[in-house]
Amino acid sequence: MNGAELGERLRDGDLSAAPAVLNLVENRKARGEVAALLHAVAPARLGGEARAHIVGVTGPPGAGKSTLLSELVRAWRAGGRSVAVLAVDPSSKRSGGALLGDRARIAFDPHDDGIFIRSTAAGGRLGGLAPATRAAAHALAAAFDIVVIETVGVGQSETEVAEVADTVAVIVQPGSGDVLQFLKSGIMEIPDVLVVTKADLGEIALRARRDLNAAMRSLGGRTKVVAVSSIAPPSGIEDLIAALDEHRDQLDLRKARTAARRASALADFAAEHGERGVRELGGRRAAADFLEQQDAGLDVPALTAALEGLRA
Amino acid sequence: MSDHRLPERDRPWMMRTYAGHSTAKASNELYRGNLGKGQTGLSVAFDLPTQTGYDPDHELARGEVGKVGVPVAHKGDMHALMDGIPLGEMNTSMTINATAAWLLALYIVTAEENGVAESTLQGTTQNDIIKEFLARGTYAFPPGPSMRLIADMVAYTVERVPKWNPINICSYHLQEAGATPVQEIAYAMSNAIAVLDAVQERVAQELMGKVFGRISFFVNAGVRFVEEHAKLRAMGVLWEELGRERYGVQDPKHLRFRYGVQVNSLGLTESQPENNVQRIVLEALAVSMGRNARARAIQLPAWNEALGLPRPWDQQWSLRIQQVLAYETDILEYPDIFEGSKVMDGLVAELLEGARTEMAVVAEHGGAVKAVDYMKAALVDSHRERLRRIEADEQIVVGLNRYEDSEPSPLLQGADGGILTVDTEVEAQQREAVAQWRASRDQAAVDDALKELARVAEGDENIMAATIAAARAGATTGEWAQTLRDVFGEFRAPTGVGEAAAAADSDAELAAVRNEVERVSEQLGRTLKILVGKPGLDGHSNGAEQIAVRARDAGMDVVYDGIRLTPSQIAASALQEGVHVVGLSILSGSHRELIPSVMEALRERGVDVPVVVGGIIPEADVEPLKVAGVAAVYTPKDFDITKIMRDVVTLVAERNGVASAA
Repeated sequence: MNGAELGERLRDGDLSAAPAVLNLVENRKARGEVAALLHAVAPARLGGEARAHIVGVTGPPGAGKSTLLSELVRAWRAGGRSVAVLAVDPSSKRSGGALLGDRARIAFDPHDDGIFIRSTAAGGRLGGLAPATRAAAHALAAAFDIVVIETVGVGQSETEVAEVADTVAVIVQPGSGDVLQFLKSGIMEIPDVLVVTKADLGEIALRARRDLNAAMRSLGGRTKVVAVSSIAPPSGIEDLIAALDEHRDQLDLRKARTAARRASALADFAAEHGERGVRELGGRRAAADFLEQQDAGLDVPALTAALEGLRA
Repeated sequence: MSDHRLPERDRPWMMRTYAGHSTAKASNELYRGNLGKGQTGLSVAFDLPTQTGYDPDHELARGEVGKVGVPVAHKGDMHALMDGIPLGEMNTSMTINATAAWLLALYIVTAEENGVAESTLQGTTQNDIIKEFLARGTYAFPPGPSMRLIADMVAYTVERVPKWNPINICSYHLQEAGATPVQEIAYAMSNAIAVLDAVQERVAQELMGKVFGRISFFVNAGVRFVEEHAKLRAMGVLWEELGRERYGVQDPKHLRFRYGVQVNSLGLTESQPENNVQRIVLEALAVSMGRNARARAIQLPAWNEALGLPRPWDQQWSLRIQQVLAYETDILEYPDIFEGSKVMDGLVAELLEGARTEMAVVAEHGGAVKAVDYMKAALVDSHRERLRRIEADEQIVVGLNRYEDSEPSPLLQGADGGILTVDTEVEAQQREAVAQWRASRDQAAVDDALKELARVAEGDENIMAATIAAARAGATTGEWAQTLRDVFGEFRAPTGVGEAAAAADSDAELAAVRNEVERVSEQLGRTLKILVGKPGLDGHSNGAEQIAVRARDAGMDVVYDGIRLTPSQIAASALQEGVHVVGLSILSGSHRELIPSVMEALRERGVDVPVVVGGIIPEADVEPLKVAGVAAVYTPKDFDITKIMRDVVTLVAERNGVASAA
């Protein structure tokens, strides 16, 4: 598989390259080709940051993420935007196998070439992002209008998604007080958009939205709280899209993406060389400082290689 | 008079045969034939498009028209189906759920146009949607609106069609999905509670006794027939308790547990299929021998169900089993033969205790509707345990894992291979027929009726009047369902596999396959990924679910999209997910059309991966499937799923040039 060629197809906006791109980035034996791919879609080659809006969607199990995503995808497609969804599923620890069930809950038209859905096992990294998912998000951002990274859980996954995504939406259902606790205690970082599902529950959902709004204000964040219902007739979807777009519009994209690439490089390095490797760099802080000094336009493999050079 | 004999022999239960195929006209001939053979009621099997609310010319109907039942697309079809059958006297049971309100409306309009008043109609609409989410898969709308349709039907029939059983709470399909007796009782009772609670909101309290009295059950009976009989006695106890305590029902007549039955199909084998006859007889005993818990109506499966669709002769054989039981044996001459039995009382007490505990768990989840995910996962686990016991020889199935050697069976040597094949021309004819129907009716009247239906659906009025008006105007099944889909939204039920517990580590066979999966995955560079899919409308997902769970336990990444997929959806998933192999499951007999369509769709998208197929695939169809490009075909006699997993790994290794293990 030729990474450079796939990168070129993505640069040309060829969405049909997506399946092969994913097969490549997931291939543990193809590091060189993955580097070629990411190099081909680096800002220098694109003449700027990749066009996509990378959206992280995360939240506890049962909050209604997939159903909501289904509605979001429908609305995005109706607005003419192409969408790639990277759904990260928790794996079964014992067997190493995983049931990737989320795809079933996202309704899509098989004849629509503007939608791509790929499920990936988290690969034993509970709540975390597989290296392949980071690489996929960076690559697909060159061709799609929207790239969604969907993960399960609150806490670790939300932090890791925040490293890669331009905008992070945390999905909660009304009456989930734990989220409030997580936010207040700092276990969970403040999301860019907080989505309360099941707005059809009426008063309960309204109260949840009020409480969360108050909590967000007291934490000093500028998080938008949006209430949605995915049950027919769906409501709040347009508000949510507007909130996501608004966040993205206010973002310093170059700064955010540069930080994302640096974080990914460090994560990839740690995945490859372990904590011991990170210690040899002088620890995470030192490694991060080192990355800060690199060229902002460098792609992830180049940054990872720089870290490896530092270690040697 | 002695108290060990009845003064007068009991009347037999109602005898039915679950039947219907090809067209309304062909099915009508079949029904008339069956009635002539001494059958006393009708049991209508609808095809999957009718059950899920699609017309014969819809994309999802492809390959399914007239397969597992009769297509009924409009009132004209219902007229043809019931032609010459006196609707005022007949007792008609319809296996129809998501579209039950519609089929009842067609039945009412057909009667009306034959001069028969709705108030005289007798019969049953199955109408148990929760078990469709759990086990059978022919749902159409989300849970909330589905429960509303049921409640509307109950409210309508209790006043207007008083002899109709608007709902048959089904424990049958739960057992087919792997339920233990305790689960079967507990989930069925919990489903009943959900329905009754919903109805209670839509009828006057003084009608609740009548409503309770109209709720009947549709149960299963397996080959452990003593315990199965105890199960029915336990259900009777719980039902009466429920009526008295939860709904304040007083009249003993209303409190009686009434049930019809179809005995177990899950335990029927493809190998040595003649053994199924004795299984069916024993299962029939479970529901007929004890007078205090005897079935009101019985339908028996045919001996060859695991092979394909039964022919009229096969169905006649099953009817004759009932007739021998009822007319030759003495079971109808005695009062309850288990009264005072220590064994029976003990079994009943045991089941009651288990069922009450499990019902409490469902209640804690917020009732049956909210507990669908929980119950589904529990069923997948029970089924897996059952398969594990058979694979490990802990549960003996004669002819399958014990005494496998057999003389060649003369029953299978006819030109038809011992099964019925539906003429593939039927689908094309029905597609054309429905188009003609649409062209010949008063379109403005249909449009108005559907508009009114949408308005009622959006509000809170009873749906039945608008539904009957649409039936009268000549609307089609697909139009009725689509109107409601537009208002209610569509729904995909949980698959239950995500929550299923992991396999025990002790399984050495599985551990060996897992090592092989890991080895091949290393060579491939990424984890071996399989897509498990069910093309077509067939909702019997138990097999596919077990394959998916086992594949995960064998260390594969498994994409399981659930039921009701079009060939292009499957191909799109296979492409986007980058799977190494595709596994398809079909039980409805539509494999001859659908599998080649999937192969074609995969080719169109350039997906070149091996495809394996599992399901009820007659021997004669295996070769054509292989010619179409299928790598392997598995049927019910391939009960060792771990072995199937080993085959799959080998297949993937071969196709990808991965050397076999040293």
